[in-house]
Amino acid sequence: MISVKNLNYTYQPGMPFERQALFDISFEIPDGDFAAIIGHTGSGKSTLIQHLNALVKPTSGSIVINGTDIVEKDADLKKVRSEVGLVFQYPEYQLFEETVYRDIAFGPRNMGLSEAEIKERVLEAAGLVGLSEDLLGKSPFELSGGQKRRVAIAGVLSMRPKVLILDEPTAGLDPHGRDEILGQISRMHKEHGDMTIIFVSHSMEDVAKLAQHIIVLDHGRVVMDGEVAEIFARGDELSKIGLDVPEITRLTYELIARGVDIRPDIYTVDFAKRIYAELFLGREGTEC
Amino acid sequence: MLKDITIGQYIAGNSPIHKMDARVKILFALLFIVLLFIIKGVAEYAVITLFLALVVKLSGVPLKFIVRGLKPMLFILIFTVLINVLMTTGEVLWSVNLGIFTLRVTREGVTMGIYMLLRLVYLVIGTSVLTLTTSPLMLTDGIEKLLKPFEIIKVPSHEIAMMMTIAIRFIPTIADETDKIMKAQTARGADFESGSIIRRAKAMIPLLVPLFVSSFRRADELAVAMDSRCYRGGASRTRMKEMRLTKYDAYAGAVIFAVIAILIASRIAFF
Ligand SMILES: Nc1ncnc2c1ncn2[C@@H]1O[C@H](COP(=O)(O)OP(=O)(O)O)[C@@H](O)[C@H]1O
Ligand SMILES: [Mg+2]
Repeated sequence: MISVKNLNYTYQPGMPFERQALFDISFEIPDGDFAAIIGHTGSGKSTLIQHLNALVKPTSGSIVINGTDIVEKDADLKKVRSEVGLVFQYPEYQLFEETVYRDIAFGPRNMGLSEAEIKERVLEAAGLVGLSEDLLGKSPFELSGGQKRRVAIAGVLSMRPKVLILDEPTAGLDPHGRDEILGQISRMHKEHGDMTIIFVSHSMEDVAKLAQHIIVLDHGRVVMDGEVAEIFARGDELSKIGLDVPEITRLTYELIARGVDIRPDIYTVDFAKRIYAELFLGREGTEC
Repeated sequence: MLKDITIGQYIAGNSPIHKMDARVKILFALLFIVLLFIIKGVAEYAVITLFLALVVKLSGVPLKFIVRGLKPMLFILIFTVLINVLMTTGEVLWSVNLGIFTLRVTREGVTMGIYMLLRLVYLVIGTSVLTLTTSPLMLTDGIEKLLKPFEIIKVPSHEIAMMMTIAIRFIPTIADETDKIMKAQTARGADFESGSIIRRAKAMIPLLVPLFVSSFRRADELAVAMDSRCYRGGASRTRMKEMRLTKYDAYAGAVIFAVIAILIASRIAFF
């Protein structure tokens, strides 16, 4: 369980360029949750998640992860960081080793594990992100952009974090690469039911496909926090802060407003296809 | 640590010093440095101190910034003062015998140490005022213009200026990038702060490799971007903002020559 209370954060306090990035943030994320943090560019998403494994210390407020207050001076940061895995935005720029294998092994090695244990974890992590074994011996710099990103994500997964945080994992990927990464994340959550996943995004479409729980940030404040359905029902408010519900959800709401009797919780095109087919064609989910 | 880098930092403003022409500012800064090394005696230092105080006041740069610029110099400053105090011969004020040799503090040494300290501090303050009040672009433009005459002896003035512009432009970018990669590796359990020197040097690899890779990538992208906009070096390029001398440059000239006149007059009067 992650619990953040009254967190404030100011960049470069006391300097002329001082800037408060987070204001009085409070939320809770239960174990095994699949949460999305969504907000506009500059709304403070990246700053917020860097607090969750103590890379950044709050100006004020508390952060308790599985019972440990990580803001305390004597908190065991190594332990916190191996439990909370953070995949940065554009993580492929952090690759540095000679081979993919060694890069993925960097985290476990820092944890002081044995070679056998390291090998097991590297293979497992590579499998989770769908990297074939023949890539492990290659230099990470020869890979394609999407493959590099998967290596970087595997580099965090190999630490077997209890909480996995991904900062805009699909930024800059083509639609195919994006679907692949999203698919793997979603599979990971299904297979490792006890892993908490926090997913940062500015795309509602991506979030709709995956998350159970959404936290909306705007200008450094939490403006909404709830189940996916609750959040999407507030489409007008979302539009006001420059975020949009998925097109298909918007269409559904439009239909409801015009008197069509249809369920409101439709977030993905696949699901919509089935429901609309039932509704308009009177048959069970056959393609047109 | 990265936040302490003040090189290339510019504080936008509207002061008379900001409005001066970059070329004039650079020339006067050079002149100021020369003056610093030829003045002697309390009276002349007083004149220079007053002049510098006036410039800092006019520039409106917060004192905090100027002090910050001095911090990295602390070691050199202390070292210089000590060397001067201990190595100058003259009237001995205090001495201690250390067996193989005697440490002597002399009156001349103390005076010399104080003057040297003031010189270095003023030097840093003077040049900080120059860089804090001149945008990096103007600064390199100014350098380019001032180097122009040396093209006769094959000094590539435009290329030098362009290289400086690019280098300065990328300081904050690379500082940001360093910060980001450091955090990313820390999140994977890297430790940059503890251990022996050798361990720490080794710990830098996960930081330096990505940093080099990304610097080369940036350089490449920049080269392509410049090429695709037909960048062809200095010949026959015009500028968006032509440099013009204004009344502020005239005032500055008047003040600095008044200072020089006072210094010369005082020497003639006293010797
Ligand atoms: N290193 C930094 N120094 C100063 N301000 C920063 C820094 N990083 C981010 N900010 C500011 O903090 C705010 C939040 O940024 P960020 O957390 O990166 O937002 P997001 O990830 O949602 O795009 C922005 O206004 C940004 O300008
Ligand atoms: Mg971000």
